[in-house]
Amino acid sequence: MRLTDPEKAMLDGREGPAQQKAMDLLVRYGEALGAERLVETNNVAGAFNASTPSVRPLVAKGYDAVYSELNLDSSEVVPIPRMAVNTCQLITGIDLENWRVQGVAEELADQQAKAEKHFGALGINMFATCTPYQVGNVPVKGEHCAWMESSAVVYCNSVLGARTNTEGKESAGAAALTGRIPYWGFHITENRRGTHLVDVEVEVDDIMDWGLLGYWAGEIVEEDVPVLTGRMRQPSLIKLKHFGAAAASSGGVEMYHIPGVTPEARDVEEAFGGHKIVGTLRYGPAERKLAYDTLNCASDRDVDFVMLGCPHNAIEQVWLIASLLEGRKVSPNTQLWVHTPRALREVAERNGYLKMITDAGGVVMSDTCPAISRHVPKATRVIATDSAKQAHYLPAILGIPVWFGTVKDCVEAAISGRWNGDLP
Amino acid sequence: MTATGTLVNNTIVLRGRKVVGGLAEGEALVTRQTISGWGGINEREGTIIERRHELRGVSFKDKILVFPGAKGSSGWSAYFHMTRLNGVAPKAMIFNKMTTKVALGAVVTRVPAVTELDQDPLEVIETGDWVRVDADRGTVEVIKKAQAKSA
Repeated sequence: MRLTDPEKAMLDGREGPAQQKAMDLLVRYGEALGAERLVETNNVAGAFNASTPSVRPLVAKGYDAVYSELNLDSSEVVPIPRMAVNTCQLITGIDLENWRVQGVAEELADQQAKAEKHFGALGINMFATCTPYQVGNVPVKGEHCAWMESSAVVYCNSVLGARTNTEGKESAGAAALTGRIPYWGFHITENRRGTHLVDVEVEVDDIMDWGLLGYWAGEIVEEDVPVLTGRMRQPSLIKLKHFGAAAASSGGVEMYHIPGVTPEARDVEEAFGGHKIVGTLRYGPAERKLAYDTLNCASDRDVDFVMLGCPHNAIEQVWLIASLLEGRKVSPNTQLWVHTPRALREVAERNGYLKMITDAGGVVMSDTCPAISRHVPKATRVIATDSAKQAHYLPAILGIPVWFGTVKDCVEAAISGRWNGDLP
Repeated sequence: MTATGTLVNNTIVLRGRKVVGGLAEGEALVTRQTISGWGGINEREGTIIERRHELRGVSFKDKILVFPGAKGSSGWSAYFHMTRLNGVAPKAMIFNKMTTKVALGAVVTRVPAVTELDQDPLEVIETGDWVRVDADRGTVEVIKKAQAKSA
């Protein structure tokens, strides 16, 4: 790989031991990819928190050891300086206000609070959400980023037109200290063009339908770049948030185009940029039903736990849930957790939405989600969710079957304790 | 298994590109399905856990993992990183499709890894075959299971 003089200085250790380890990792990683050089970035979204039981031995050695091993792939412990560029923390495993409800051990909550204090002082902004673009990190078109979180990556590339690959904990950690990331993949204009044309023949409008379309398309195109045309109504942040999260879970979609909607495709022609169309897919009623049936793996209709807010809910979604719950009570046999970024939770509190949800017996959580934390209410046997991503991951991670449906289906299940959702 | 003696004969040699350098040999574990890291593997046991995966419940510890590539969450590298720290990592990785997830994952797992082979490793290699990966030279030597047994 070709390095610039400032990059060579970092690799030689002239900028300090942490920058040396960071540059060493970026070179190993860049060479593994086959990248020719690095690119400058001033926007990193990573995972720096250390609050899982398996990292306890590292935490005992101090936060420099945690960052060195888990964020720089360095077995040698190096002192970690302040972040060199704009850096934020993505979702974590523990809601620092609701950890007792989550069932998290006090020791781990304490460990996370201390880690936040330490890393916060180094300049890592504690957004603690999978949706940094909802709470103050909105990259502009063309901006080179180093983001983790597959649902945020696909949003960053496709909806915002900024440029990032799906980074990992180690590469984001190295980028934060060097302001560099391999110039490869979606940083390069050529690679951002469409590969598959998806002809949407059934109307796609509500959140559930965007999730189904994403889940189906992701499974087929895997890491490729679908271009969607056909019967889609104008989407919103919320709908594209769900679509991208679903496509990134069933496949590995990091970029898509919707001609006329997303910024790098005024029309189908621009979406493909002169490239040959690799495949044309048709999304009709049968494909929609297949996605729905795949996501619904439960059979027992008694629901113990309803999870809403993956990716973390926008404030309008919290308001919708609050409205559906107003004057009603969650079943004594069921628990309802609603997830939204902490910054939006404050708005929900200010607006009274939070009280509407808690009066009904629900809990408004931040900082985490069940898939990341691996925590659901004790003795949960059946889960209901409006998120294709959670419906994909929770059965694997926790071994618990899931019902998937609309927000309304899920709220009704929380109130009655029974799943009555169906594909309309 | 003492298959090394037969490596000279009856060996299929694939040539490709180094991803992570080093030398490793062992029994192949082959899947035609992409692998998720976070949410797809158990990092304490070194097993595949994805609900609809053909290798669900199967351990890759000390195996030469042969797979199309990575998918899913950006936690891919962190979870394979943890398999190394927990002593349940695969011995080497052979894959077809390059992505940032699998590149970084192979780097931090610190096992020999190769890609861009001149023959499709998913066609040539079967689970149970004896495989020797020399990543610095970019070569993969394969002794088919039947031959390895009769040797």
